Amino acid sequence: MKKQILGLVATVAIAATAAVPASAHRQWMMPSSTVLSGDDVWVTVDAAVSNDLFYFEHQPLRLDAMKAWAPDGTEVAIENKATGRYRSTFDVHLTQKGTYRIASVADMLMGSYDLNGKTERLPRGTTAANLAERIPAGATNVKTAEANNRNEIFVTVGEPTTTLFKPVGKGIELVPVTHPNDLIAGEAATFQFLLDGKPAADLPVTVIPGGIRYRDQLGDQHLKTDADGKVEINWAEPGMYWLNVTTPQAGGDEGAPPPIARRVSYATTLEVLAP
Amino acid sequence: MQSPSRTILTGGTLGAALTAPVMAAAAPATMDVTITIPQLKVAEYHRPYVAIWVEKAGAPAKTVAVWYDYDMKGNEGTKWLRDVRQWWRASGRTMTFPANGITGATRAPGAHKISFSRAQLGATAAGDYTLVIEAAREVGGRELLRIPFSWPAKAGAGGRAAGKTELGAVTVAFR
Repeated sequence: MKKQILGLVATVAIAATAAVPASAHRQWMMPSSTVLSGDDVWVTVDAAVSNDLFYFEHQPLRLDAMKAWAPDGTEVAIENKATGRYRSTFDVHLTQKGTYRIASVADMLMGSYDLNGKTERLPRGTTAANLAERIPAGATNVKTAEANNRNEIFVTVGEPTTTLFKPVGKGIELVPVTHPNDLIAGEAATFQFLLDGKPAADLPVTVIPGGIRYRDQLGDQHLKTDADGKVEINWAEPGMYWLNVTTPQAGGDEGAPPPIARRVSYATTLEVLAP
Repeated sequence: MQSPSRTILTGGTLGAALTAPVMAAAAPATMDVTITIPQLKVAEYHRPYVAIWVEKAGAPAKTVAVWYDYDMKGNEGTKWLRDVRQWWRASGRTMTFPANGITGATRAPGAHKISFSRAQLGATAAGDYTLVIEAAREVGGRELLRIPFSWPAKAGAGGRAAGKTELGAVTVAFR
């Protein structure tokens, strides 16, 4: 009996790890400013993966896929990149007026295959492009599912613009109803979320204020997008907030490993200013 | 007051010249704003950035004055304009700097009188307005005051507000 239970727990744990990579940790970016004035300004960004927001104390966020776009849509350089033990850091030179996007978008493949009677997981970093070389000869029962992760922030010099919010049609994307660089404590904000370019109803949205280390309660809000993919968020206090949207996952309860299903997630850091 | 006024009105050329101020008193065309920047006992003092703007329900805010470090190399003083944060959101972020007739140097502690015409205030239409004064100081705090006014205005004192930290008394008068 005891053995059986232990076995069950182990299966669930493995299944959960497979289907939900890094579920226990939050990926985040922290810009030096989100609302800027001036003619020749820079933003510097810390990027990390950790439980507590926003303390870099676990893993750096890798910068391989980090990109930035100017308000007119042109790609701009990620400068002064450095990755340390706990965080990465980089700068973006903001030479245009308007809203910039800084994003790390990863489209990966999760999955498993059978080899010599054992089920193996696909290694991290597998993509549609490198799948063939990642699967050893003789592997059978190959199962894959896509994982689309978007982690992005917005910063604005002068007046907020919306040119950059044209959806690409893949993964979860934010469409501003309220501009993400025009957030004030006490004023409700509305965002629309698209999944593969279409309004996504019933997506779970989690909002957590930063500064977790110095309080007892997480203060998290768990919201859901409505039929139009929209969600209204109330900010009680000014500060930096982490927002996360994921496609709902089939639970691994009762010991059955969850089916390998596509997982799509979105994360952003939002600055809410004092009135 | 009554009889000299009458005398002047009957006084030909001289009368006409002197009538103008009397007429102005009846329908003021100018707002005088006196802003007191408090003397602060702090180790590191920088003169505050101050923005003055006019709000009217249903209309975009109109900036009438911004005092900031306008003469720094490379227009660098504009980097901190966003710290005057309510003004920045209401109006500043849509503007380019320096702004003609609006940009001014930061002011030392003391009382400063500035005057605005009705057109400068964007108050050519009759109605209710609010004059907003916001100050933000480097390594210091931020404070905002609001003084409602109406146009047409009555001559004389037209409103007053007093700050507690970054602004002293602010008074409005019409002439």
